[in-house]
Amino acid sequence: MHNQPTVNELVQAVKNFVDHSAMPELKGRAAFHARVASNVLATILRDLEARETNDAEELARLRGLLGETGGSTESLNEMLRQKIRSGELTITSDALLSHLKKTAIAQVKVDQPKYSGLKAALEE
Amino acid sequence: MDLVYVEYALDNIQFRVNVAKMSDKQDFDSKLQAVLRRVYGEQINLGSANRLSGGASQETWLLTIQGPSAPDTLILRRAPEGMEATEESRAIGLPSEAKLIRRAQAAGVAVPEVVHVLEAGDGVGEGFIMSRVEGETIARRILRDDEYATARKRLPAQCGKALAGIHRIDASDMPRMRLSSGLEQIDHYEEAYLATGTCRPIFDLAIVWLRENAPRPLETVLVHGDFRLGNIMVDENGLAAVLDWELAHYGDPREDIGWMCTNSWRFGQSENRLGGFGDVEPLLEAYAEAGGPELTPADIDWWDMLGSMKWGIMCMGMYETFRSGADASVERAAIGRRVSETEIDLVNLLEGQRRA
Repeated sequence: MHNQPTVNELVQAVKNFVDHSAMPELKGRAAFHARVASNVLATILRDLEARETNDAEELARLRGLLGETGGSTESLNEMLRQKIRSGELTITSDALLSHLKKTAIAQVKVDQPKYSGLKAALEE
Repeated sequence: MDLVYVEYALDNIQFRVNVAKMSDKQDFDSKLQAVLRRVYGEQINLGSANRLSGGASQETWLLTIQGPSAPDTLILRRAPEGMEATEESRAIGLPSEAKLIRRAQAAGVAVPEVVHVLEAGDGVGEGFIMSRVEGETIARRILRDDEYATARKRLPAQCGKALAGIHRIDASDMPRMRLSSGLEQIDHYEEAYLATGTCRPIFDLAIVWLRENAPRPLETVLVHGDFRLGNIMVDENGLAAVLDWELAHYGDPREDIGWMCTNSWRFGQSENRLGGFGDVEPLLEAYAEAGGPELTPADIDWWDMLGSMKWGIMCMGMYETFRSGADASVERAAIGRRVSETEIDLVNLLEGQRRA
C-alpha cells in the first residue's frame, strides 16, 4: 500500500479543516461538537504516535509484575485484576503501584495531556 | 454534564432524541401559554420558549413572557412524555425535585422559586416552572473571570452553610428517596463497571481499597447528590442558587463535601481542593457553625476518592451509550477517553494513602 499522504497527514488535514474552516462557521451545540471533534483528532495523532511503544511497555511490565513469560495484555490484565480482588496484591506493593502509575501516565498523556492530575503524578 | 443522563445510561434505559416538529412546537407553546395563564392570569402571553440544554430525558427551557403580572423570564424543567424517571432510575423525578426545592427554600437555602408544578392535564409532560436566577454556572468562567474574584473568596463558607441547610431537610415522607450509603455506591458503580466488560485494574484496586477502608457512617441526612460547580448558580457575590436536585437521596453528609473536592470537579485548578476555587477548611467551619457535624479535611479523603471512582465509571457509562449505538455523537465517544483522568487521580490518591 502506498503511504502518500500518510494516515497522520490525512488526520492533520481533517483537523485543519475542522479548526480553520468548519468551526468558525458553526454556533451553539454544533460548535461545541466541532471543538470536541478537533480534540479527538489530536488524540488520534497522539495515539498513532504512542500506541506501539505503550503497548509493548505495558506488556513487559505486566509480565514482570506477574512473573509470567507469555500471555496477552488482555489476559494478564485479567490476571492482575484477580490478584487485586483476592487481596494478593494491595496498595502496599511498590511494584503494583509503580506499574499502575506508569500505565495511567502513558494513557492520560495520549488522552488528555493537559489534565491537572498528570502534572501532579509527574511531580511526585 | 447532566448526571441524570449518565444515570439513565448506566441503568440502561432506552431513550430517544426528541426533535419537535414545527406543528408540535406550536401545540407545545400554546399549551404552555395556557399553563402560564392559569398561574398569572389571562392577560399574559408566552413570548418564546427556547430549549437551553439537557439530555434526552431532561430538558431546560428559557421562557419569555409578556404581560403586566408575570416575570419577564422563567425557566421550565421538563421531561417529555414517556421520558419520566422510572422506578429503576436513581433520579427522583421532576415532581419530587420541585417539592425538594420548595423545602430547601423553607430551610433557608438559596434556590430558584418553583412557581408551578406541571400536571397531567397541562399536556406538556412532567416538570415544573421556576424563577430564573441571574448568574453563571460555567465552572471555567467562575474560576477564572475577574468579576467572580469576590465570589470565589465567599463561596467556601457559603457552600458550607448551604449544605448544613440541605442536610437538615426532612424528605422522609417523599416517595423515591432512596437510602444510598458510601458502601452501597461502591456496589452500584462496581456493578456498572463490570457490566461494561472492560478491565482497568486501577478501578479494581480503588474499589477494593475503598470497600476495606470505608469510614463508619455518620447520621443519615438528605444529601443533594450532585453538589459541585456546574450545578450551582454563582453571581459576583457568590452562591446565588443551588440547582439540579434530581440525584438527591438519603446518605452520608460527607458525600456532598467530597464530591465538590473530587479532582474532576476542580476543573484544572487542582491546588484548590474545594471545587478549584478554595480550601475545604472554611467550608467545614461554616458547616459546623450552621449546625452540621464537626469534620476535619481528612474526614473527606475517602469521599474524595469515591468521587473519582464514580466519575470514571460514569464516563465509561456515557461511552457505552455510543458503543451501544444509542447515541452517535462525537462527544459521547470522546468521553471514553476521559476515564484515564480519573485513573491518574485514583493512583495519586492511593499513593497518598500509602504514605498516610
